[in-house]
Amino acid sequence: MRTVIFILQKEFRQIFRDKIMLPIIFIVPVVQLLILSYTATFEIKNTRIVIVDQDHSQASRELVFHFESSSFFKVVARQQNYQQASEWLQNGDADQLIVIEADFEKKIKTNQPAKVLLVTDAINGSAASLMNAYAQQVIQGFNKNLLAEQIPLQNKPIQIKVEPLFWYNPKLNYITYMVPGILVLLVTIIGFFLSGMNIVKEKEMGTIEQINVTPIKKWQFITGKLLPFWLIALFDLVFGLGIAKVVFNIPFLGSFPLLMGVAAVYLLVVLAMGLLVSNLSDTMQQSMFISWFFLVIFILMSGLFTPIESMPEWAQWFNKINPIAYFITINRMIMLKGSGFSDFSESFYVLSAYAILILMLAVNRYKKVKA
Amino acid sequence: MKPVIEVENLVKKFGNFVANDSLTFSVFPGEIFGFLGANGAGKTTTIKILCGLSAPTSGKVSVAGYDVYRHSELIKKNIGYMSQKFSLYEDLSITENFQFYGGIYGLSRNEIRERTKALLNRLDFLKAQNEVLRNIPQGWKQKLAFSVAVMHQPKVVFLDEPTGGVDPITRRQFWELIYEQAHNGTTIFVTTHYMDEAEYCGRVSIMVDGKIEALDSPEKLKNQFAVNSMNDVFVKLARAAK
Repeated sequence: MRTVIFILQKEFRQIFRDKIMLPIIFIVPVVQLLILSYTATFEIKNTRIVIVDQDHSQASRELVFHFESSSFFKVVARQQNYQQASEWLQNGDADQLIVIEADFEKKIKTNQPAKVLLVTDAINGSAASLMNAYAQQVIQGFNKNLLAEQIPLQNKPIQIKVEPLFWYNPKLNYITYMVPGILVLLVTIIGFFLSGMNIVKEKEMGTIEQINVTPIKKWQFITGKLLPFWLIALFDLVFGLGIAKVVFNIPFLGSFPLLMGVAAVYLLVVLAMGLLVSNLSDTMQQSMFISWFFLVIFILMSGLFTPIESMPEWAQWFNKINPIAYFITINRMIMLKGSGFSDFSESFYVLSAYAILILMLAVNRYKKVKA
Repeated sequence: MKPVIEVENLVKKFGNFVANDSLTFSVFPGEIFGFLGANGAGKTTTIKILCGLSAPTSGKVSVAGYDVYRHSELIKKNIGYMSQKFSLYEDLSITENFQFYGGIYGLSRNEIRERTKALLNRLDFLKAQNEVLRNIPQGWKQKLAFSVAVMHQPKVVFLDEPTGGVDPITRRQFWELIYEQAHNGTTIFVTTHYMDEAEYCGRVSIMVDGKIEALDSPEKLKNQFAVNSMNDVFVKLARAAK
């Protein structure tokens, strides 16, 4: 244990003497949280539309007014014909075209189906279907008004009124959903890279050789290398939670000590993985690439952006070994639902077993003697 | 007297390349043993095996009474090592480096403080003790690396080209340090390129292409090859290299 304290002392001295470390610890989390939370969103606002009104009637103007008054749409141009309008789409200056046919009002008045053509830039498929759905909603709103005008009140068809109630995130606020996930990402990236670069840096500098001729024990070395980053990452989590509260007013319904407890185990997995990569690499460049490879896969599959439940079955199986997926789920549960330990105990045990396994591997892969 | 380093038929291969070709030699306590050879002759390979940094392919090797295969960690308690490449922490100060290595070797805080003070006093470095190593001249660094290597009072200290890139005066001072350490009973195992330094050794071995071609005191080697200096002995042997 004494030896570990000497290593810790040395590591902390080196960390805080490194001019780039303080920005990494304090500025990176703030920037990541602020930028990612605002931008990593699937909400569609300000869809740029081009109107082609070939009817120029009162009815068509009313429909256009419905679009103009919606916060989801921004009319960027009005064109006389479809050809001209489609150029806007082609140049990427508009996302959607609304084409109203020439006999629009006449058909409504004569009880024939009137047509509106919706053309959507569908390069981003999910965004396109959202834009399409929003546009349909606007048109349906217009439809309802028509019905109300034409059908007398007493003849109104019986309707089922649906009353939606959204639990845990009542305003369907995307940031509320994203921030707990991004917090996980943040401590993971910082922890993985700092630990992943550490041992291999000593290899590149040649200082590891001087360590390897001492009677230092492998577990002492790994513990001394792991603990500093474990503390830094835990600190960053608390720091990030503070920002989430102050800047985004994200609710924190669950128990703070419980979250820190899970985080403590989770970070052991992440840091041990970093140290394992560091042990297996000969240069910092190698370590960097290997770390990125695993992080990108883990992050993309973690359910941060897309729900794990809608992934193919093999991907769901893969996520059983994806530590990020576990912790994002648990973090969202604790913060947004106020879940207790029993709600995710199984995941916690998996993470614990995982931590022990990777730690043992990291210790084992640290070789004092070269073959 | 029982040898402190015993090597018998040591072989080290990297793939098909034989870096050490059945070396056999012994080093005795308190001796200054010069381990000479041209670049690439296999000196560093041998030193790394003796320090437990690299595993031998075959042969018998024992250091400080322990077998290198089975008790490499026990060997490490009893040896000091100074690498060819400077390997103390450049971003730590002189005292911080002493503190770290003293701690790793299990010295008490008191011992660390006293020995650091004594060693720095000897080197006349006390004024610079809080200076970060990055800002210290090469010659100083080498002396520091030596002091760190002997801080825990090892039985044997391995020096791999300790005076590479160092000016003649500092080299001279460095050898004074080596002599003092040997006088206190530490065995010195040193590799060098400088043949004037070879003259300072009690015995030297000369390695050519992974084999030890000569091993004796400098005086006897000069007689054996009928030349006036170790330089000429070395040139005669090294010229035969592939």
